Amino acid sequence: MKKKNSAKELLQKLGTLMALAILVLIFCIIMPDKFPKIANIMNIFKQASINCLIASGMLCALITAGIDLSVGSNCVLCTCTIGVLVQNFGITSMPILIIAGLAVSTFAGFVNGVLLTRLDLPHPFVSTMGMKNVLWGLALVITGSKSIAFTNTGVDNLMWIGGGSLFTTYDANGKVSFPGIPFSFILVLIVFCIFHVFLTRSALGRQIYCVGGNPEAARLSGIPSKNVLTFVYSLSGFMAGMAGVVSVGRLASANGNAGSTYDNDAIAACIVGGASFTGGKGTIWGTLIGALLMAVIRNGLNLMGASNDIQYIVIGAVIILAVTIDVFRNKAEAKARKMAAQ
Amino acid sequence: MSEYVVELKNITKRFPGVVALKNMSIGIRPGEIHGLIGENGAGKSTLIKVLTGVHTPEEGEIYVDGQKVVFHNPVQSREAGIACVYQELNIVKQLSVTDNVFMGRAVKKNGLLDYPRMYEEAKQALTTLGHPEIDVKMECGKLGTGQQQMVEIAKAVSLDAKLIIMDEPTSSLGKEEIEQLMTTVRGLKAKGVAILFVSHKLEELFELCDRVTVMRDGEHIVTEDIANMTEDSLINAMVGRTLDNLYPKEFGVKGDVWLEAKNLNEAGVLHDVSFQAHAGQITGFAGLVGAGRTETMRAIFGADKLDSGEVYIKGQKVHIRSPKDAIKHKIAFLTEDRKGQGLVLSLDVRTNLILANMKGFSNGPFLNKAKIEEAGQRAVESLRIKTPSLDEVTAQLSGGNQQKVVIGKWVHTDADIFIFDEPTRGIDVGAKIEVYHVMNDLVKAGKCVIMVSSELPEILAMSDHVVVMRGGRVMANIDRDTPHFNSEDIMKAAWGGELD
Repeated sequence: MKKKNSAKELLQKLGTLMALAILVLIFCIIMPDKFPKIANIMNIFKQASINCLIASGMLCALITAGIDLSVGSNCVLCTCTIGVLVQNFGITSMPILIIAGLAVSTFAGFVNGVLLTRLDLPHPFVSTMGMKNVLWGLALVITGSKSIAFTNTGVDNLMWIGGGSLFTTYDANGKVSFPGIPFSFILVLIVFCIFHVFLTRSALGRQIYCVGGNPEAARLSGIPSKNVLTFVYSLSGFMAGMAGVVSVGRLASANGNAGSTYDNDAIAACIVGGASFTGGKGTIWGTLIGALLMAVIRNGLNLMGASNDIQYIVIGAVIILAVTIDVFRNKAEAKARKMAAQ
Repeated sequence: MSEYVVELKNITKRFPGVVALKNMSIGIRPGEIHGLIGENGAGKSTLIKVLTGVHTPEEGEIYVDGQKVVFHNPVQSREAGIACVYQELNIVKQLSVTDNVFMGRAVKKNGLLDYPRMYEEAKQALTTLGHPEIDVKMECGKLGTGQQQMVEIAKAVSLDAKLIIMDEPTSSLGKEEIEQLMTTVRGLKAKGVAILFVSHKLEELFELCDRVTVMRDGEHIVTEDIANMTEDSLINAMVGRTLDNLYPKEFGVKGDVWLEAKNLNEAGVLHDVSFQAHAGQITGFAGLVGAGRTETMRAIFGADKLDSGEVYIKGQKVHIRSPKDAIKHKIAFLTEDRKGQGLVLSLDVRTNLILANMKGFSNGPFLNKAKIEEAGQRAVESLRIKTPSLDEVTAQLSGGNQQKVVIGKWVHTDADIFIFDEPTRGIDVGAKIEVYHVMNDLVKAGKCVIMVSSELPEILAMSDHVVVMRGGRVMANIDRDTPHFNSEDIMKAAWGGELD
C-alpha cells in the first residue's frame, strides 16, 4: 500500500520534472556553448531564489484555497525598509537589518490574516489585493520614490546573502574554475527542507491542508481555522520578507517599483508545481521544480537574446500548458484509481 | 403495444475491472410506481444512468413503448420521455423557479426569451403537481428543500415525461414534505406517468409503490407486487443473507448524568431547552425536521452561540465557546452533513481519522507516524471501513464508509459524550447495523451517547430514553420502560400534542 502511494507521488512530481528536463535539453541543443555551462546553471539557481522563497509562502496560502497577492509588494517593502535604515539611519548591523525587515513583512502578513479572519472579508483576494497596494505605497513613501543603492554602504555581509557563493574554487592562475553555489539557493534548499517536514509531518502543517479542504469540517473537529489561516498569511509575509533580504544582494538596491512580477511568478511556480486554486493540494518540491522551470525559461530566452515582451508571452503560455497537463493528469489518475478500486 | 412503458432487457454494463450491471432486466408499466432498492453499490445508480443515457451499456436492449432505442447521451433519453430527479438537486439557487424549470430548453419568441409563456407553463406544471402556491418568479434559493424538489419534478412534468426516475427523493425532506411529495407522486401516477422510485426507506416503499424490484451486486434479484413482500423478505433479498435483527439493541449499565442542559435559549431557534443524558445509555432525540435538535447539539458543542443557558458535564458547570472547548471536555459530535461538515473529502482516510485529535497524535509539533498508522489500521478493522488503504482519498469511499471514517475520527478522541446526528442517513442496511454496533459498544463501555434521528423505528429500537422536540422546545421526556415509549405517543408529542 505504502509503495503504491509513493510511486504515484513520484509520477506526479515526475510530470513537471520531465517538462523541466525536456526544456533544459532543448536549450542545451540550441545553445550548446552558452546554456549548459556551470556558471550559467549557478546563475539560474541564483535567479530562482527570490521566486522560490516567495512561492513557498504562497504555496501555503494556495493550500488553504486562498491566495496572497501582496507578496511582491511585501518583499519590496522589506528591501526598502532595510534601505532606509541603512541610508537614513546609518545602521549597518546585519542582524538588526534582517530582523527589522522580516518583522515588517511578517507583520504585514499578519495584518492580511487578521483582515481575512477577524473582519470576515469575503476572500483573501480582496484583503491581500488591498494590502498589495498599501504596502507598495508604503515602500514608495519611505524611500521617497527613489532608488537606494547598497553598494559601498558598509552592508557587504548582508549583500552576500543574496549575491555570494560558497565553495568557489580557483585554478593555479587565480582564475575562477568553479563559480560556487549561490548562498541564496542553499538558503532555499534549507528552507524547503523545513517546509517539507512542516507540511507533511507536523500537526499544524496537516491542519493547513484540512482547513483548505473543508473549513467547516476542520472547525467542527476542533481545529482553530481562523488561527491557522492567520498563521498561514503571517508565514507568507515572513517568506516574502526573507526574499526581500535576499534581494538586497541580488539587486544591490532598494526600489519601490521592483516587485511587479513577483506575485504572478510565485503563483505560477506553485500551480506549475501541482498546487490548485481550489485548495488542499500542493507540495513544496513541486513548487521548487515549478520555480526552477520558470527560471530556466527566463534564463534561456535571455541567452537567446529574446526581449522582455517575448518572455512574458512564453511564460504565460507555459502556465496555461502546465495547468492543462495537470487537469489531464488528474483525469487519468482518477480513471486509474477507479480501475484499481474495482 | 408493449406491457411496459420502459423496459430494459439483459443489460450488461462493464467498467474497467468491474461488471456494474449483469444481465439486468426491469420493466416499468405505464402509471405504476415502481420501487427500486438495493444496498449501496448494488448498481442502482448505474441502472439510472443507463436509463438517462449517461452510460451506454455493452449488451442488452432498451425499449420505450415497445420500440427499441439506443441512448448515446442524456438528450436522447430526455426526448424519449425519461426524466430524472436526482438525489442531489440540480437547482441553480440564484435563478428563478421558471428559469430552472426551463433550463437548457428555453422557449423563445423572435430570438428572445418568451417569459410570459414560460411563466404560464411553469405555473401549469406546478399546479399539476398540486403546488400552485409556489411563485414561479421566486428565486429558487428562497424555497425550502421540499419546494425545490417540486421545481425539479415540475421540470420533468413540463417535459411530458412518460417515466420519472426519483433517486432517493425523501432523503433530505422532513415528515410534512415527504407527505406532500407522496401526494404529488400519487397524482402523477393517476395521470398515467410511470415512476421509478429509488429509496432506502422501506416504509415509504410499502406506502407508495405498486411493485418493487430488488437489486444486488448488479443483478436482478426479484420483482414482485409490494403486497406480496414483507420488510424482512425485502431485506433478505437485498443483503442476500438473513438479518435476524435490523436493530441489534444491547443495553449498558445506566450511570450518572454526564450531560445536562438547563434552559438553553437561542433567539428564534431554541426556547428553554433542558434535558439530561446518562452514561451507559443512548438518549434519542426525536422530532420533525426543524424541531431544533441539531441546533441544540450544535449549541452544546460550541459550534453556534447561545443567548443563555447552562451546560453541565458530569455535574460540573462548563463554558463551551468553540468546538475546541467541547473536545477538551470530551464531547464528540458526528454532524448530520458528513460531506459538508464531517470530512475533508480531498484528503486521505488517514488524515481524516486524526482530524479531531491532532494533538494526541503528535510529539511536540510533529505527528507520530507509527501511532497514526496503528490507530488507523485499528479503526479500519474495528469499524470495517472498506478502503484500499489509509492513503485513499476519502471522496472515493462509499457513503457508508465515509460515515464510518467520521465515527473513527471521534472514537480516536477518547471522548466520553458522543453526539450522533442522523448517523444512518443515506447509508445502506449493512452499514447501518455496524453503526448501531458502534453505539452499543460505546454504551457498554459506559459512555454517554446521544442520537438525533428522524427515523422513528431507529429511535424506538436503539434509545434508552427519548427526548421529543418541536419548534425549539422540549415536548416530552420518555423512558424506555414507560407506557409512552411507542411511536404513536412520540409522534403525538413531535406534532405538539399533550401526553398524559
